[in-house]
Amino acid sequence: MSLDQIFVFLKQVVVGWMPLQCQPLVSAILSVAAIIGVFASLFAITTVLERKGLGRIQNRYGPNRVGPYGILQPAADGIKALIKEDLVPRAADKFVHFIAPLVLVAPVFVALAVVPVGRNMVAIDMDGGVLFFFAVGAATELAVFMAGWSSRNKYSLLGAMRAIAQMISYEIPLILSAVTVIMMVGSLSTVRIVQAQEGFSGYLPNWFLLTPWGLAGFILFMIAAAAESNRSPFDLPEGESEIIAGYYIEYSGFKFALFFLGEYIGLFAVCGMAITLFLGGWTAPFAFLEGIPSYVWFFAKLFALVSLFIWVRGTLPRLRIDQLMNFAWKFMLPMTLVNLLAAAIWHFMAPGFSRWAVCSLMILGPYVALGRGLFTRRHFSRRVYRYAE
Amino acid sequence: MLGEGIIKGMAETARNFLGSYVSEDRLTTVQYPEERLPQKEAARNFPFLLFDGKDPHIGLRCVACQICEKECPPQCIYIVKSKDKKPDYVGKPQFYPSVFDIDTSVCMSCQICVEVCPFEAIKMDTEYELSTSDRFGELLLNKDKLAKPNEYYQKIHPTEAAEVDERLAAEKAKAGAKAKAEAEAKAKAAALPKPTVPIPAAVPAGAK
Repeated sequence: MSLDQIFVFLKQVVVGWMPLQCQPLVSAILSVAAIIGVFASLFAITTVLERKGLGRIQNRYGPNRVGPYGILQPAADGIKALIKEDLVPRAADKFVHFIAPLVLVAPVFVALAVVPVGRNMVAIDMDGGVLFFFAVGAATELAVFMAGWSSRNKYSLLGAMRAIAQMISYEIPLILSAVTVIMMVGSLSTVRIVQAQEGFSGYLPNWFLLTPWGLAGFILFMIAAAAESNRSPFDLPEGESEIIAGYYIEYSGFKFALFFLGEYIGLFAVCGMAITLFLGGWTAPFAFLEGIPSYVWFFAKLFALVSLFIWVRGTLPRLRIDQLMNFAWKFMLPMTLVNLLAAAIWHFMAPGFSRWAVCSLMILGPYVALGRGLFTRRHFSRRVYRYAE
Repeated sequence: MLGEGIIKGMAETARNFLGSYVSEDRLTTVQYPEERLPQKEAARNFPFLLFDGKDPHIGLRCVACQICEKECPPQCIYIVKSKDKKPDYVGKPQFYPSVFDIDTSVCMSCQICVEVCPFEAIKMDTEYELSTSDRFGELLLNKDKLAKPNEYYQKIHPTEAAEVDERLAAEKAKAGAKAKAEAEAKAKAAALPKPTVPIPAAVPAGAK
């Protein structure tokens, strides 16, 4: 038993100690409890780190009052959310209004079940893991629309409609950029995908990030992931400064906290999927670092990606809805298709410099061309009325 | 090229992020309860009553003329005029307020009371930490809480206070001179023999 496998071993001990009939149930409960415990506490840590990081980006301190360096801030926030009055609008559809936050939180936790957080550490090793992940992740859209519709508020409905439009538009690039990896590995199982990235060629790991199509795919995946989890700069559905809080305007107290939780857990899930697909999952970046337990690597990568999201949030302003849609359909979608093609060519060419050059050019060319297309401004002429005048 | 601006922006925010740990000057935050910014001299929020000397009752400048009460737009001042009189700063007997209340929860800090006061008796305070757990008792300030010595006024608004003090001193001097002149005239009148028979030309010389 090594430090790497200590949690796996402990679980086996506990499960083995149970009577035979209960073993599958106990095993499942242990996995679920671990996922909920770890990621919910990670959510608490991330909120305070995000607020502190954003503060530093704006040359402020951020929260520093509750506990040493403000580290107990999430506890204060949680207590505040719990004891706040839970208002439900009189005109709201009360049942749907009540159930929407739950419908949002449940699928994102379920999606985490297929993300391997360490060697042999995955709740379900499903053959169609990636497919399951995206299928479950798409269920959050339903929750968002439930929340927006049931509140019976124009702002919330506007927010929900924006959210649906955005999530559906970005679902396609998200999945298409993941498809490259599935194509290369030839499996939908997340564990198999990570195993395919194990080992080292020279000093560098065999991560898909270190191939032209993998890098492009990773960037596209992260952009689509930001849009999927309603993170800045794609936070139009919330749009605090224009539609106040979008689809959760009518939520208060703990239901609001649940939306917040769902959003962050969704972010972790999608970051975990990005790590699995492109960053080699739980594998170490260098051969001499392999002694460090695999789950440490997973969470280090997760931290890095979440920091990246916080950094982007502190930098970029919110997009306009037409910019958002143009970006999705005129840039993201063609780029993912080009990337698919590049990945296919990479697969069939012999390893060497020529493969690198061809694939890089195949991606860079369309990138420059499509990027230029986004910047061309359409000039609108004055409308001329032919019959009215 | 697409993404150039994003990279530039990210570099800028990264510089801010790291810089805020390196140089303290970047951080504009004032950690409020522990440290606070010095106030501007013209700062004001709620009015208070001025008194001269040590005893707020004796030295209170207010003469209960009730101009401020009438002028106050939100009507947050409540004054009851006294029955008796007490001498003011020049020694003239004047009424004084037996009740003077200001409801700071109503006051809108407009300074009109200060501007209309002919006696320099009400001025604007700079005290802003007025939060209290008793919203009815503690926010209705009575005469004892409102009365503050002239030294306090000199401390919070030095320039303005110096000007006011000068004017009051001049007025007092003038009033003193006038009183003296009056007294002299009275004394003169008393010294004069009753002019039963008018004696022209000789009398002024004789009086000198």
